[in-house]
Amino acid sequence: MKRVGKQTWVFDDGVYIQAAAAVVGPLEADGPLGSYFDICHRDLYCGEATWELAERRLMREAVDCCLQKAGVSAEEVDLFLAGDLLNQNATSNYVARELPIPFLCLFGACSTSMQTLAAAAALIAGGLADRALAATSSHNATAERQFRYPTELGVQKPKTATFTVTGAGAALVGRAPGRWRVRAATIGKVVDAGLKNPLDMGAAMAPAAADTIEQHFRDLGASPGDYDLIVTGDLSRVGSVIVRELLAESGYDVTDVYNDCGLMIYRPDQKVLAGGSGCACSAVVTYGYLLQELARGTFRRLFVVATGALLSQTMVQQKQSIPAIAHGVVIEADGQEPG
Amino acid sequence: MGLKSDYLREVKAFQPSPSYAANAVKAFLVGGTLCALAQWLSDWYGGVFAASPLAAQLWASIVMAGLAIFVTAVGKYDDFSQFAGAGATMLIMGLANALASAAIEHRSEGWTAGVAGQMFKAGGASVIYGLIAAYVLGLVWP
Repeated sequence: MKRVGKQTWVFDDGVYIQAAAAVVGPLEADGPLGSYFDICHRDLYCGEATWELAERRLMREAVDCCLQKAGVSAEEVDLFLAGDLLNQNATSNYVARELPIPFLCLFGACSTSMQTLAAAAALIAGGLADRALAATSSHNATAERQFRYPTELGVQKPKTATFTVTGAGAALVGRAPGRWRVRAATIGKVVDAGLKNPLDMGAAMAPAAADTIEQHFRDLGASPGDYDLIVTGDLSRVGSVIVRELLAESGYDVTDVYNDCGLMIYRPDQKVLAGGSGCACSAVVTYGYLLQELARGTFRRLFVVATGALLSQTMVQQKQSIPAIAHGVVIEADGQEPG
Repeated sequence: MGLKSDYLREVKAFQPSPSYAANAVKAFLVGGTLCALAQWLSDWYGGVFAASPLAAQLWASIVMAGLAIFVTAVGKYDDFSQFAGAGATMLIMGLANALASAAIEHRSEGWTAGVAGQMFKAGGASVIYGLIAAYVLGLVWP
């Protein structure tokens, strides 16, 4: 492992994703990627008494399913890295309570999927763990009631608002060769463009995504053409246009290789306004759809840039702007020569 | 000029603006229909039960609030509001929805800390400012 440029880690001695799992709620199961998810729940409660318990169940199922696919018991995992959107990272802490694995809790809002994957890969590459499990979750109703309004409150949301994905994703990272190789990770800086509207997070996060993507290209001397797909986490219909424009202004044309997980997970007619968001958005799209398509050969090299609005209700009510961050990880189908 | 030079200003071109005209028409039609329904109810109470105008209006309001609470409980008021906008705040249906939705939401934290403690979370501000406005209007409009 080495650092290249200012913010990019390159894992040239072999760090692999050995297995991954994605668990989703009803609307995501009904979306265009429904067939790629391991477990699909028919209702938002997932058989639990409250929504918070439902979210916990989603993450636990993602973890169990991932370990089962890898044929590894929880005792054989050296480190668990997880985070979610609830206050005090409640879902992750309670799932970790049930696991016999040393635990590092991380918060990066909706960037948590790639934050935990990048950290896990670095710890593996550094020899501090042989196997590490990275997981994240979000639930539409728990996020709505914590960050916005009661779920049944009648308010007319603007077209820029996004819809929090109900789901959880987990990936087992290790030294032993697997089907996917983690090639590099770019750790983002907090970027605050000065926007204050919590119902337009795509515009608030786009500058952070552009910053991380540009830095990645500069650090590695890479260009958009080096990737089959550059995918952001949850910039939605608004932010995905802005990030392309920002990158174009810097001389990077990503149009042919760019997409956003928030646009991929739902059909346009699913009444989700600007698209999907939440920690689970990039997690289930990456660990469900993208990894399977990498294994199939549809893509060979991906750059997944998970975007997080570091939103605090109290700070927004005190008229503070919304800081944002984005972390990117390069994932390749195994057997690739370094590019 | 580009996004990078003045993001806060230039980004506005990328943010879809609300459909003001369509929203106004929908709010007018839905809100007007609800008000006409309440007026019809009020007249009906006045006619059938020989209720005084004030009592008939109160009964009509109770029925409309009950309707809002029912639609909230079956999980459709948020969809209705997304369509109707300000039309869904007519009479006291918006307030009934605000109290009912918060109460339902916090049932998971128990009857005291949850339902009772959180019920006014979304509707409390309109109760307070409604009272103040009523008091001020009462002073100038005897």
